[in-house]
Amino acid sequence: MSRNLILGALLSSLVLLAALLSFFWTPYDYAALDIPNKLQPPSIQHWFGTDHFGRDMFSMIMIGARTSIAVALVAVGIGMTLGIPLGLMAAARKGTWLDEVIMRGNDLVFAFPSLVIAILITAILGAGAINAIIAIGIFNIPVFARITRGAALSLWEREFILAARVSGKGAARISAEHILPNVANLLIVQGTIQFSLGILAEAGLSYVGLGAQPPTPSWGRMLADAQTMVSFAPHLALIPGLAIIVTVMGLNLLGDGLRDWLDPRIRVARA
Amino acid sequence: MQRGEIFMTKQAFRSFASALVLGTSVFATGALAKSDITIAMQLEPPHLDPTSAAAQAIDSVVYTNIFEGLTRFMGDGSVVPGLAESWEISDDGTIYTFKLREGVAFHDGTAMDAEDVKFSLDRAMAEDSVNAQKALFAGIESVEVVDPLTVKVTLSEPNGNFLFNMAWGDAVIVAPESIETIQTNPVGTGAFTFGDWVQGDSIVLNRNPNYWGEQPALETATFKFISDPTAAFAAMMAEDVDAFDNFPAPENLPQFEADPRFQVIVGSTEGETILSTNNKQPPFDDIRVRQALAHAIDRQAIIDGAMFGYGTPIGTHFAPHNPAYVDLTGTSNYDPKKAAELLTEAGYADGFETTLHLPPPAYARRGGEIIAAQLAEVGIKAEIINVEWAQWLESVFKGKDFGLTVISHTEPMDIGIYARPDYYFQYDSLDAQTLMQTLNATTDPDERKKLLEEMQRLIASDFVNGYLFQLAKLGVAKTGVQGLWANAPTAAIDLTQISWAE
Repeated sequence: MSRNLILGALLSSLVLLAALLSFFWTPYDYAALDIPNKLQPPSIQHWFGTDHFGRDMFSMIMIGARTSIAVALVAVGIGMTLGIPLGLMAAARKGTWLDEVIMRGNDLVFAFPSLVIAILITAILGAGAINAIIAIGIFNIPVFARITRGAALSLWEREFILAARVSGKGAARISAEHILPNVANLLIVQGTIQFSLGILAEAGLSYVGLGAQPPTPSWGRMLADAQTMVSFAPHLALIPGLAIIVTVMGLNLLGDGLRDWLDPRIRVARA
Repeated sequence: MQRGEIFMTKQAFRSFASALVLGTSVFATGALAKSDITIAMQLEPPHLDPTSAAAQAIDSVVYTNIFEGLTRFMGDGSVVPGLAESWEISDDGTIYTFKLREGVAFHDGTAMDAEDVKFSLDRAMAEDSVNAQKALFAGIESVEVVDPLTVKVTLSEPNGNFLFNMAWGDAVIVAPESIETIQTNPVGTGAFTFGDWVQGDSIVLNRNPNYWGEQPALETATFKFISDPTAAFAAMMAEDVDAFDNFPAPENLPQFEADPRFQVIVGSTEGETILSTNNKQPPFDDIRVRQALAHAIDRQAIIDGAMFGYGTPIGTHFAPHNPAYVDLTGTSNYDPKKAAELLTEAGYADGFETTLHLPPPAYARRGGEIIAAQLAEVGIKAEIINVEWAQWLESVFKGKDFGLTVISHTEPMDIGIYARPDYYFQYDSLDAQTLMQTLNATTDPDERKKLLEEMQRLIASDFVNGYLFQLAKLGVAKTGVQGLWANAPTAAIDLTQISWAE
């Protein structure tokens, strides 16, 4: 196992653990205001200090991790459940009108800057975590559709697929039984990367006020709230910023590591 | 006069040239005090006609600078003669005879006379008038021109507030000759003429050499629009602007205070910041629920948390700096236990759910978050809905589709809104309506004060809205800028009083 994989797994699981733990325990009630103790720098009582309402930043970061992960997870889930079957279908019917419709539809979604459309969607549907999930999810669909189709196309030329066809299996069955397992590692790697992009997108949306609504903490909004106070309470911006960096870096390292680990060619070379 | 102007121009040219050489105008002018200023404000006016829109930003730019009324507000809130030099009031208080100043001209050269006054008032009170404060003119029965410098205004009943009403930006005197283009090229009688408007950036005003009154110290003034609080802080710190009318981020004030380059001028506005409550929407139609709201709110926490300590607690819809103010904060003191009891009594032992609409300013967004947390403690679950101004006007103010909202009512002396049952918070009380009627018909100052006090007590004991605090005016300026209004008795940036030290 590579160093990337271990470091990435460690950082990602750290964030995941914090999010899971927040369901049972946070050092303070994240919503409890304590205005006389606002803007405290990090200390023994408040590990990450307090925000402009005197809320415990450590508790907010924990709940924020939960928000980020939930939004990114569901959004990637939407992308995978819709994108992968579309990609498999397009590959199985390569060159037909179905392939064309699916891939041009993908191009259409790809053509728009994703954050701008996400802002449009949340502006129409209203701000909130659910709509942020939908907005980010939609942009994950073409990513998975395209990568699945690309990988599947080369597989369709292989002898074992020919063998399967000769034995009378239909396109759908071949896609499910033979193609999908062989593109799975690629998809896992891409899923990890998309997951980190989802976290970034959620932070971006809540930064402009379109993500999870107060009082639910989210890293992006913590950053936005900190803007005017950076000059005298830098921890307000540093801490959610670091949380985002750690998560995104962790997931990217994990994705890289997984790719190296799962890629048979590299595995052979290593052996 | 002409010689003087030529001389001025030459000198201006010289200092301009030397400014180029030295690369900075501050040192170039030497002992001469600066005669230009750049003042930043947060919102850009939609247009420049104060008589056809409620936008405060319009008044900030044009009030007393471009347009003047019969009377005018001073920085301390007093009402003094404006274009009317003096006036006589008939014994029954219904006829006001205004004597206009002589030799007043509009910026286009036409004379300001009684006809213009009649035109302005008739236009404001007309059926199809788009004036944002038509109530100011409602009591006017007729306006007559006696001679070019005398106007007789007849009221249907005595109105003790009439001279105060005529000082509003909505009651300024405009000319029929230039009314067509007033929104983009305002022509008034003030000490400054409209120069240039770069949409989205700034408006420039120039000194009016033919002004009837004392010449202002400033030659030009630039209003710059900076809506983002972070950008506002950066612009101030980089000295891109000389002053900020009302700084949007109170948390940054200590930094300006600690910096010898700046002065911080904290004053009061006419903005009663309230937790506005939809009195017609259940459960807020029950006075016990409204009282519970009032006791659930900790004002000091909101002032400290949202405004970093700037703001004065209020217990009714009235400005604390007004002599008639009654401190009623005790009526709605912070007492969550009592709030919970009242809710139980009203049948909401387990609380209830409602919405809390929050417009963009920090007082609303931050204050609202604190209020939501405080209400949660007594079991009221207020869902925060952040809205832009347009949405707020549409759904809350016009549509009346809200439970709670946080808003600052910045019009001066606006307690009269409690006598308007169709106003967005929908308080329908016969007592309040009769009281306001009596007040409007009363001219005796002592009697008026008593009635105003009674009105304040009435709305406080009816717990119409949650009364939070009086919005502070947070002026920031470079050291050396003099004459800025500390308080804001009306939205205005009075350039005529502003000068640079030295």
